[in-house]
Formats: sequence, structure tokens, C-alpha cells
Amino acid sequence: MKLELGLIKIEDIQFASESKIDGTTLFVDKETVKKIVLEDEVLVSCDVDIAKPGESVRITPVKDVIEPRVKVEGTGGVFPGWMHKVDTVGSGRTNVLKGCAVVTAGKVVGFQEGIIDMSGEGAKYTPFSKLNNLVLIIEPDESKDQHTYEKALRLAGLRVATYLGELARELSAKEVKTFESCTIPEGIEKYPGLPRVAYVLMLQSQGLLHDTYVYGVDIKQSLTTMLMPTEIFDGAIISGNCVSACDKNTTFHHQNNPVVEELFAEHGKTINFVGVIITNENVYLADKERSSNWSAKMCKFLGVDGVIISQEGFGNPDTDLIMNCKKIEAEGIKTVIITDEYAGRDGASQSLADADKAADAVVTGGNANVVIKLPKMDKIIGHIEAVDIIAGGWDGSLQEDGSIEAELQVITGATNEMGFNCYSAR
Amino acid sequence: MIKIVHYINQFYAGVGGEDKADVGPEKMATIPPISNALKAQFKGEADVVATVYCGDSYFAENTEAALESILAYIEEEKPDLVVTGPAFNAGRYGVAAGNIAAAVTEKLGIKSISGMYIENPGADMFKGKTYIVSTRNSAVGMKDALPLMAKLALKLVKGEEIGSAEEEGYISRGVRVPVWEKERGARRAVNMLLNKLNGEEYITEFPMPMFDKVDPNAAIKDITKAKVALVTSGGIVPKGNPDHIESSSASHYGKYDIDGVSDLTAETFQTAHGGYDPVYANDDADRVLPVDIMRDLEKEGKIGKLHRYYYSTVGNGTSVANSKKYAEEIAKELVADGVDAVILTST
Repeated sequence: MKLELGLIKIEDIQFASESKIDGTTLFVDKETVKKIVLEDEVLVSCDVDIAKPGESVRITPVKDVIEPRVKVEGTGGVFPGWMHKVDTVGSGRTNVLKGCAVVTAGKVVGFQEGIIDMSGEGAKYTPFSKLNNLVLIIEPDESKDQHTYEKALRLAGLRVATYLGELARELSAKEVKTFESCTIPEGIEKYPGLPRVAYVLMLQSQGLLHDTYVYGVDIKQSLTTMLMPTEIFDGAIISGNCVSACDKNTTFHHQNNPVVEELFAEHGKTINFVGVIITNENVYLADKERSSNWSAKMCKFLGVDGVIISQEGFGNPDTDLIMNCKKIEAEGIKTVIITDEYAGRDGASQSLADADKAADAVVTGGNANVVIKLPKMDKIIGHIEAVDIIAGGWDGSLQEDGSIEAELQVITGATNEMGFNCYSAR
Repeated sequence: MIKIVHYINQFYAGVGGEDKADVGPEKMATIPPISNALKAQFKGEADVVATVYCGDSYFAENTEAALESILAYIEEEKPDLVVTGPAFNAGRYGVAAGNIAAAVTEKLGIKSISGMYIENPGADMFKGKTYIVSTRNSAVGMKDALPLMAKLALKLVKGEEIGSAEEEGYISRGVRVPVWEKERGARRAVNMLLNKLNGEEYITEFPMPMFDKVDPNAAIKDITKAKVALVTSGGIVPKGNPDHIESSSASHYGKYDIDGVSDLTAETFQTAHGGYDPVYANDDADRVLPVDIMRDLEKEGKIGKLHRYYYSTVGNGTSVANSKKYAEEIAKELVADGVDAVILTST
């Protein structure tokens, strides 16, 4: 399966009377965007704002970040199961608005959303400070519960991202990246000497606002299954998570999965990248046992020599991570796991909630408990008062002068467990 | 010139062996050969301005008094750094060397390093409070230990960045330090996997910790007479979260009176926990902290009594060290209050 990503560079976003892409500028008609958001009767108000790299701007409470894409060749459309039918994606060509994102913000839970700073100390930790962000601050009908609000907010983000992606349908990209995966017999024939490697992608599925969807399916209701790697680039996986901001995988992270990119970079050279196994992180022990059994079974079935396992979240999912690692290693398959740490503010505490000696090759996204100081920003997009109760904040985190003292946890994407960042710990 | 004070035991001071282990602390008029050997390693960048010693048994038996005089001797010299040992695998010496180095830093605010064998009991006790250079288990390792100690000492005094335990040769302090890598995590994972597949060396970024195993207590003989308490990490607090327990990485716990409370309602209780969907806990907090059921059992005579207070914290993102601290305090109070059994609820 071959997918080309046409990169349409976006270096600026501006409001205009008509939405379009001109050169490297994305012009956005605010009223149309609002109308698209408010198509859902659950949502009663929407404000649209722009945040650019280097600006003295703080966005909070951030729910999701989405990259606008559009499928221009091949079957299906982006975000299958939501914005398009469930035809298999991942082949042909997809145009990507590179350098911008849609950020959805709102007080869904209050403490399970995050912060994106566009400059200063906080900007170092979040990849989204480098993007031109179209921010949607969306409020629901107050009589609706949080689950209804979450779903409405999630879909509004996808609708707006799809709308912006469509603006690039007729554009021809200057830069094109090609990713090609092969079938099992093709791989064996083409790369007989190379080690076979799979990626075990763990998806947050603790339920009750901790959910991830694949082709529209709530992954907690699915057995461990497989995707061709390129399907992920077309939005096959989307985030429905309200959980600590630092190590949840936003939809943007899925669309730009760095492990898939890095494995493709080695495919045919040092390894034979066989495919992606997606598995959930449910809360019941039987589910954990079953899902990790299936991960190990599929690795064995595919005859792989090595796997990379990435986690999402912390605490409860640490047990899924260790079960996956232990059971796959027990099949004689070499593993590397990617996680992050909760080692206390002083770094002196035990970092994970579960451990096993089989996990002898670990990459870490850093200690989420580290205390950071964020300067006051001139402009706040969203609701700053959430900072005192956000996961990683405490009563008094928001100082009188507008600065913030809080744990790194509060920053969206700071300790990402797909290995998106360079931040780490020793 | 950088000023160093050296602490050693009675043996290295030339006072005597085990027969002299009960001598008290002294500052030496002239520095002994081992301190001169250390000084030579500084190559003119630092001077050993004084050497203080104490008998190993004396220190072990009179720790507080000995520490007080030793710190006083050290303070007089206003050193930039204190070196203790190396103690190799000498247990009492190692504990004294670790203790003094830790106290120098903690109480006098002066930098310190020590040196000893990794299995010396002093290593485990003080590795988090000072830098302990890893040495061999006997004085045979002296010629390797002193250069490493001198190098690390100079780096510390100059405020240079201290590398990881492997790079610098000290015993891992068990403290996780933030670092910025050149390559993103996904690339590092692929590189690590390639090395692992090819049988080449790879270094994990996080060595797996050892876990505490807790043996369950003996069963309660007669639960119908037992006083039972509820303790939760599910964050159930009186409405409004009066103690401001954090939604993640809780810095404290709360103790709440439930005398006369037979049902937790949406008007009276809520959760402070940020790791799970709070809708159902806020609607009926008994789902996490089952006060209603406990009251039924109390009435039916199936348990003796529900303890008047319950304890609550937020488990989400809270470090194991903090959890342990809260548990120790809570357990002490529960025992003092005559509680026989505890139901721990999580989420």
C-alpha cells in the first residue's frame, strides 16, 4: 500500500471574508467556521481565534489538536467513520496543511485539559507552539452532560479540520513524501535478510472520557487488531481523550505518528516494517490480559523479530504496557518500550506503577511531575481559571501576576509516549 | 584556591586500627598521607586545608555528638567542599562518611562527596543526599578512587554540569534528572531496537525499579466485632474540596468526619480526582467510598462499627514516595484509634 503525502506549507493564518490558501497563508472565514461548529445543536457558542508561534499567547483548557488534511487520490476520505464512510484509507495521495492545526478548547471536565503556550518556557515543551493554530473555544448547552459535550467538541474539531483540508484539494504540493508498505509475502521476498519489525500502538481506552476511536469504532470494544501503517496518516485513529495533557495522544500525534515515520525511514534498509498492531488499555483485568495476549499472539503470528511498544497515559496503563512487553518478550521477540515517568517533583520516587525485568530497553519522555514556571502571557485564549484544578496544577498554581507554577503535566504533549519530543530523563 | 576539608577514620589518620576505633573526633595539625594523595589529584587547583577524623565505633555509638563536633571543625575552615572517605566496604566507616557528607550539605550548605563500595550500607543510606563515587571493595581500589573523587569534587565546586552516574562514576542517586536529547524519542527507540536486534550494546533510559511486596495481614477473627475504616485514593472529599487536594500529584490527604452520615449525595460529596470521568462519582460518591453499604452492614451487625473518620487522597499521578508517606501517617492514626480493618478503595 503506497501513500503520498503532499505537504502544503502554511506559514501564517489570517481571518478573511473567504476561506482559501494563498501562497503559504491560510485565510479563514470566521463566520463559516462558527457555523460549521454550531451545526451541532448541543453547542451554543463558539469563538474562533488565532495563535501564532512566538506570540505572548496562552491557550487553555486545550482538548484536542488536529491537522487539516484532504484525500485527493485513492479510496476513502480523512477521518473515516466520522467525516467519511469507512472505506479503507492509506493509499493514493493526501494533501496536508503543514505548519498549522485546529485546536479545540473548552471546559469539558475542568481538570483533564491542557495548556499550550506560544512563547516562553512553556513553548519549549509543546510541539504545538511551533504551529499556526486556529483555536475554537466552544461552549455547550449547559443542560448537556460532559459526555455529550466531549463528543460534540470532538466532532466539531474534525469538521473544521476537514473544511480547512478541503481548501487544499486542488493545490499541488511542492514537497511530497512517499510511504510504501508491503504485504507479508512481498516483504519476505524483497527483504529476506532484514529483521521483521512491528509497532504495537497502545490506545487509551479506560472509558468514560478516556477513549480513542479507529474508523469510528470505540477501541475499548475491540480486540487487538492491525492497521497498515499508512492508514494512520489519513486519520484512521482519532483522540476522544480527556486525560492528563502531557501524555495523551492528540489526533495530531496520531496523524503524524513519529514511530511509524521512523520505522518507515528504516524500512527496506535495516528492517522490514511489517505493520501496526493496535491494542487497547481497558480497565478490567480480563481485558488487559486478553488484549496483551492478543498483542503477543499477533507478533508471533506475524513472525516478527522485534517490536516497538508505545504507551498512552500513565498509572493504570503502565500495567498494560508491562503485560505487552513481558508477553511479547516471552515469545522470543525483542522489545523497546516508550513511556514517561511520574517520579515525584524531586525525581526521587519510583517512576512507573508496574515494572518487569523483561522491560530492559526503555525510552522515556521525561518526568511529568517536574515543576515548571510559566511567565504571564499578554493574551489568554480560553479560560485561565482552570489552571488551579487542571491535572498538574494545584490551588495557587495561577499566581497573582498571571504567571503559573505547575507540574509539566499541564502542558499538552510535553511527555508524549510516541517519542514525539526530545525531552527525556535519566 | 579551592578549599577542601577531608574526613577519614582513625585508621587512615594513623591513630590505630580496631583497638582505637573508640577515639572521638579530632582535627589534625598536619594532614596525613591519604589527604596528601587526594591533594595531589587536584593538581594545584584545590588545597586540602584540614583533615578531620573520628573512630568508627565512637561515631556509630555517639553519632549525634560526634556529628556536631565534626561539623564544627569543618565550619571553622569555611571549605568549598568536603570529601569523606573513600570507605570501600568498611561498614561503620561508610555510614559515618555518608552521614557526614550528607550533613555537611544539608546543615552547612557546603558541597560534599564521598566514596565507597556499592554494597557498603552507607551507600544505600546516603546516595540520595550526596555524591558517592563508586569504588572497589578494598583499599586496593584507592588509586582508581582518588582521581574520580577529585575530578567530581572540582566539577561540583566550579558549578559545572554533573553528568549521569555512569559517566561520572558515582553511585546512582536514584533521582531522575530532566535531559534534552538530540533526537526525538521515536528515533531513539528505533536505534535502541536496532542495537538490541543486532546484539549490540544499548542503554535503557530507565532501569526498571524494584517493587515492594506487601504481605497481606492475617484475617480478622470476628468481623462482626471489628471497627472498620474506609481509606481511598479515589479523591472523595466533602463538596467544595475544602483541603484543595490536587486533581493529580496530590501533595496531601484529607481526614473527614462521617459521624451520622449514612449516604454520600451529590449535594454533600464529590471527587477531586483528575484521572477518571468524575460524572458518576460526583453523582453518587458512595460508588467510590461505600459509606451507604457500610452503614447497612453496621445496622445488620455484619461489622462492628464504621470508623468515624475516613481518609482520602488522589492517586492520579501521585508519586510512590508521597503515597508511602501518607500511608504511614494514616496507618499510625488508624492503629491509635483502635481500627481493626481497613477497606481501601481506588478507581
